[in-house]
Amino acid sequence: MMAFVIAGRELRTLFLSPLAWSILGVIQIILAYMFLAQLDYYMMLQARIAGLEDAPGITDLIVAPLFGNAGVILLLVTPLLTMRLISEERRNRTLSLLFTAPVSMAEIVLGKYLGVFAFLLIMVGMIILMPLSLLVGGGLDLGKLAACTLALTLLLAGFASLGLYISALASQPTVAAVSTFGALLLLWIIDWTGTTAGQAGGVLEYASLLRHYESLLKGLVSTTDLVYFLLFITTFLVLSVHRLDNDRLQK
Amino acid sequence: MTQLIHVEQLYRYYGDHCAVDNVSFDLEKGEILGFLGPNGAGKSSTMQMICGNLAPTSGQILINGIDILDNPKEAKRELGYLPEIPPVYRELTVNEYLRYCGKLHGIPKDKLKMALDQAKERCGLTDVGERLIGNLSKGYQQRVGIAQAILHTPAVIVLDEPTAGLDPIQIREIRELIRELGKEHGVILSTHILPEVQESCTQVQIIHKGKLVLNDSIEGLEQQMRASSLVLETRAEPDLPRLSSVDGVQKLEPLSGHRYRVFHDKDKSPAERLAELVVSSGWGLLELTSERRSMEEIFIDITTHTPIVEEQAA
Repeated sequence: MMAFVIAGRELRTLFLSPLAWSILGVIQIILAYMFLAQLDYYMMLQARIAGLEDAPGITDLIVAPLFGNAGVILLLVTPLLTMRLISEERRNRTLSLLFTAPVSMAEIVLGKYLGVFAFLLIMVGMIILMPLSLLVGGGLDLGKLAACTLALTLLLAGFASLGLYISALASQPTVAAVSTFGALLLLWIIDWTGTTAGQAGGVLEYASLLRHYESLLKGLVSTTDLVYFLLFITTFLVLSVHRLDNDRLQK
Repeated sequence: MTQLIHVEQLYRYYGDHCAVDNVSFDLEKGEILGFLGPNGAGKSSTMQMICGNLAPTSGQILINGIDILDNPKEAKRELGYLPEIPPVYRELTVNEYLRYCGKLHGIPKDKLKMALDQAKERCGLTDVGERLIGNLSKGYQQRVGIAQAILHTPAVIVLDEPTAGLDPIQIREIRELIRELGKEHGVILSTHILPEVQESCTQVQIIHKGKLVLNDSIEGLEQQMRASSLVLETRAEPDLPRLSSVDGVQKLEPLSGHRYRVFHDKDKSPAERLAELVVSSGWGLLELTSERRSMEEIFIDITTHTPIVEEQAA
């Protein structure tokens, strides 16, 4: 499959630039600090809630907030990773290499997407290490952790597909980054007005990334949320293929 | 089918602007086709369409008998393309880049190394394999671009201005390479440098304002370049009616003093008979040279008087 060849190069190129390393480093430091703060908070709270019946566990108090924060931070960071994907190749005129090679547009888009997605998976892997370290000293609700991991993975997959599409639209990486960030943020907060409004609120609520992310973080893996993310990803991938094909059809 | 490329009635519009207007031609194995034209004539658009980088508005393109619009993947396997700006990733080394290109073109793993070595040797890149492409000079980047185009030994190699930005020695090497490639592959070469075409091509096409205004073999072009006029200079005043009556002379045009331009039939030069007459009449022969039209003149002639040439071509 040619998509993997493209994905391999994409991932390699990411690690050849200092960007990927610094992103991994910075995210890890910030989240580790938040994790630690959350842990302190739990220690403080532990004595008080010990007596309660049905008290929130360590997973609810540490893991879910950690993943919630990770979602927000990665909303800021993912546009930086996706901005170059197509816009830079178009700028450097290297796209013609892919267009001339015996690969279809779908394979090009999929390759680019898988490349950046693989990087995001590495990031998710490093974030999970933090809650897993709690296993050394105590128990953890592994089911909930799995749900949180799934939520973050789907969320990042969604971010990446939107980023890829905007990178295919933009002629400059920075423009792509800013637009992606704007679009993601808008989708994140789109239900803020919806909570008060009546009928329209339902649609806006469904469109919100945050809503679906939060419900997954609670450990509720419902088809509504899964379908939402899968639709989101597929839509933007298909749009990217179309946009790229447009390059060939007319300029 | 022996035709490597078959292009039929190719049109390309950008909005209302017609960039490529009814272009048809064929390329056979062992031919090197030079694609000439002033800037903005439609050379690059045509090449991009041949290579599947641009969809034609209408028309058909067959690569090695495969339609590039219906079966892009199969057709592109037979293609190597070097665009105007070499499509290289500056952050990769030459080896990494070529390996990636090889994989993209589906070269099997066991043959990849051999293909890589061969392409590098042909393009003179053996010594720079481990260097970053971004640190190489423009000439070397161009070579990497060519190596990428010939790596998978395609049937058709399309090179868009391959010698742009190279120094004279490199240009000579590249031309040598193109001639060599022409033996086993079909090569299309676009350029606006005329001697390049004369030196390395077997076929010439001139494209102007999107239209193909000349499609000829290099011999045919030489034929066109061959003079149909002589310049004659004598010491004494010659007898013009007697000169005009020499077999083959069509017209005499006085230049300055006793210099005349003698127009004659294309295939029979009256030079020898003119010399005899001038000498035997004692006019004193000072100069007798045949004029050659340079390729530049033909080119300018064709591109500035398009309608006339079109009639000839039709």
